[in-house]
Amino acid sequence: MVGLYLLVFLILVAICAPIIAPYDYDDQNQEKAFKFPNREFWFGTDNFGRDILSRMIYGSRVSLQVGLISVGFSALVGCTLGVIAAFYRKCDNLVMRVVDGFASIPYLLLAIAIAAALGSGINNLMLAVGISTIPAYARVTRAAVLTVKETEYVEAARSIGTNNFRIIIRHIMPNSLAPIIIQATLGVGNAILIASCLSFLGLGIQPPSPEWGAMLSGGRIYIRDYWHMTVIPGVALMLVVYALNILGDGLRDALDPRLK
Amino acid sequence: MDLIPVLLGVTVLVFSLMYVAPGDPAAILLGIDSTPERVEILRHEMGLDRPFIVQLGLYMKNVILHFDLGISYRTKTPVINEIVSRLPTTIALTFISMAIGVLLGIATGVISAVKQYSWIDKITTIFALFGVSTPSFWLALMFVLVFAVNLRWFPVSGSYGLKYWVLPTLTLGSQAAGIVMRMTRSSMLEVIRQDYIRTARAKGQTEWVVVMKHALRNALIPIITVIGMQTGFLIGGAVLVEAVFSMPGLGKYILEGINNLDYPAVQGTVLVIAFMYIIIMLAVDIIYGFVDPRIKSQFIAKTKGA
Amino acid sequence: MHEKVLEIKKLVVRYDTDYEKVEAVNNISLEIAKKETMGLVGETGAGKTTTALAIMRLVPSPPGKVISGEIYFEGADLLKISEKEMRKIRGGKISMIFQDPMTALNPVLPVGEQIMEVIRLHDKGSKAEATKKTTKMLELVGINSERHNEYPHQFSGGMKQRVVIAIALACNPSLLIADEPTTALDVTIQAQVLGMMNSLKDEFDTSIILITHDLGVVAEVCDHVAIMYAGEIIETGTIKEIFENKKHPYTIGLFNSIPDLDTEEDRLQAISGLMPDPANLPKGCKFHPRCPKCTAECKHRVPQNTEVAPEHFVKCLLYKGTEAAK
Repeated sequence: MVGLYLLVFLILVAICAPIIAPYDYDDQNQEKAFKFPNREFWFGTDNFGRDILSRMIYGSRVSLQVGLISVGFSALVGCTLGVIAAFYRKCDNLVMRVVDGFASIPYLLLAIAIAAALGSGINNLMLAVGISTIPAYARVTRAAVLTVKETEYVEAARSIGTNNFRIIIRHIMPNSLAPIIIQATLGVGNAILIASCLSFLGLGIQPPSPEWGAMLSGGRIYIRDYWHMTVIPGVALMLVVYALNILGDGLRDALDPRLK
Repeated sequence: MDLIPVLLGVTVLVFSLMYVAPGDPAAILLGIDSTPERVEILRHEMGLDRPFIVQLGLYMKNVILHFDLGISYRTKTPVINEIVSRLPTTIALTFISMAIGVLLGIATGVISAVKQYSWIDKITTIFALFGVSTPSFWLALMFVLVFAVNLRWFPVSGSYGLKYWVLPTLTLGSQAAGIVMRMTRSSMLEVIRQDYIRTARAKGQTEWVVVMKHALRNALIPIITVIGMQTGFLIGGAVLVEAVFSMPGLGKYILEGINNLDYPAVQGTVLVIAFMYIIIMLAVDIIYGFVDPRIKSQFIAKTKGA
Repeated sequence: MHEKVLEIKKLVVRYDTDYEKVEAVNNISLEIAKKETMGLVGETGAGKTTTALAIMRLVPSPPGKVISGEIYFEGADLLKISEKEMRKIRGGKISMIFQDPMTALNPVLPVGEQIMEVIRLHDKGSKAEATKKTTKMLELVGINSERHNEYPHQFSGGMKQRVVIAIALACNPSLLIADEPTTALDVTIQAQVLGMMNSLKDEFDTSIILITHDLGVVAEVCDHVAIMYAGEIIETGTIKEIFENKKHPYTIGLFNSIPDLDTEEDRLQAISGLMPDPANLPKGCKFHPRCPKCTAECKHRVPQNTEVAPEHFVKCLLYKGTEAAK
């Protein structure tokens, strides 16, 4: 439940960003640079004198956007692939081989490679993250559909002449949803992490966009003296992903009938 | 064997990615010397003006027959040499971190499961979850901050001695430990509820043996698969850690390659890493067969009957 | 009086979960004599397995708890001895067979090793002696001893149960608790397994508590019967007494619900109502809501044990004051 509250809080922050952020995220003010958290700047300022708190708040928008959209994309493509593979056994081998091909590259590397190939920018970032996580959804969906497909109620539906499409939509999808939802929830956290890794490496969001990973990267050289520039975005990242993970775990416990 | 199509597929994938990437290799290679005519000539020499399929075919032929991964744009030396020289660092990093992760993870996972709901369980679960949620580069930076900058116990970067390895492996190891711990815990919890554990206790067996011999051996089976996948993830994570700690491994090589638009280098490295990952998963499957007698019999039956 | 192997006195076991308190076993007392087979009969949820687990001190400890009572075995109260002492008894002096043979054996260990484990835990002999004994046990339960290195999944259900029996009897226990050992098996295998248990009982002088809901099995194998309902033993006596002279309305209902081959019936006779929720037991006699002979007193007074014939006890207010002359 804690996860849910944290998440809702985060979403609210992201949505209300322009209203609650005290400063604009690229408001530079050289005289006030490098300040530690104080009354004027609650999280301190970075090397360009920008208010870190505001950048964090706007950054939450970016992270959420990336997380949700890339997962949405990933899930859509992945689940479709999974359903096709599980349902039309003739395609199963081919589809899963392709998926396995993608899966055999560690997803971080894959994201790095794709991001490098596509170039920088938030859209390419989302695409890169999205593509690199497709295999997980394909596999989870395929497994779930395979199980549901053999159940008796599907057999019953088939025996009264329901066509394949209707069976998929009305019977198979609703009953396979549980593991997909769990994967997606954990996936958003994962996507945010990957995105921040990519930005850290300079591959994703470009300055002056306030992405948390990029902020970390920017603050890295000053770590000895101005550690607040790296610690704060990192803690935020950690908390957000942590919240999502707790939420995913909670969902998994709730939806798993055996643990009741 | 399913392996080969997957390997081929990966090669195609990697090549396609680099093909799509912006930037003209010929122009980059020529550098300051480039003029449009020279670029054209070089392009023709390098075969860059031939159709995609032909280029793909050539590349694959080189890779499979000659282990030739191309020439690095930046250093003008064969990519394969660069990779081989950096491979040991990355492998060592991955495997040492994995070892730390596995030992720590399984130990804490077992304790957590056996003492479910106790304070040990709660604390380790929270820690494990944090381990999973933390971006590895941030964790690395935090370690640097605390141990290198403030406490001055360990050096910040490089890899010239044992001391240099402590922080990087700890960083990756903690992440791995988090995931292994969670998997161990849930697997153990499930196994402990099984009837045969009750049978073992009914024999008058001590709790320690029940947990270690009966429960853990069964719980390990799914954990092994996770460890295999984790190793793959660690290879990816190594990229970030090598970046932070400036270690001369494959990860750093890829990054440099990306920053310098050195596509053959990136391509080649990704291919090599994918190959290693596939080998690891294969090894996991084989180990699986040894550990789980049910799979062993299926395998024996298949080979006998076939 | 025969010599007693086990004596349970006023045992109370409860399960405390977050939602409710489940009274699984309410104040039961039972005696098992040497070389005797006692049948413990009752519907699912009556508390039979919990009683068995309590004897072995294997009641899962959150959430279960033995609240009070004593269980005497070889002069000691099993509920009070140390865990170390209890471990010596488990598998060695008292052993237990569980209901589902399919899941009772560890899938990653060979069956021979699983039998040897219990032998090495209780007999101080060498490994060679243990191996010999394992082979002997396997032969005794009718399994080719060359199969000792095979894994459980390579055996059928009936054979798995025989392995379980071999494990249980390997150390020559004085008491064997068999919790529905044949329920998961089909009828022909059931007959085999029961036959084997009988002959082993004679060979080893073992007493048996046979938990079952099948009265046919009871008739085959048992000397005494105890009928359990809602965590209490409501009637107990010799086979002859219970089968021919049953007193408690629940017992009568149980026997009546068995279809008779000789008489024609339109409908099966069932006992009306359902077994009460153990978290919410009725006041007074626990059977009163379903009892055809229920009186006003039954609703608030708990019946005590009444001896209606030698060694035949009933917990029913109908028989209050009708004790047979001792």
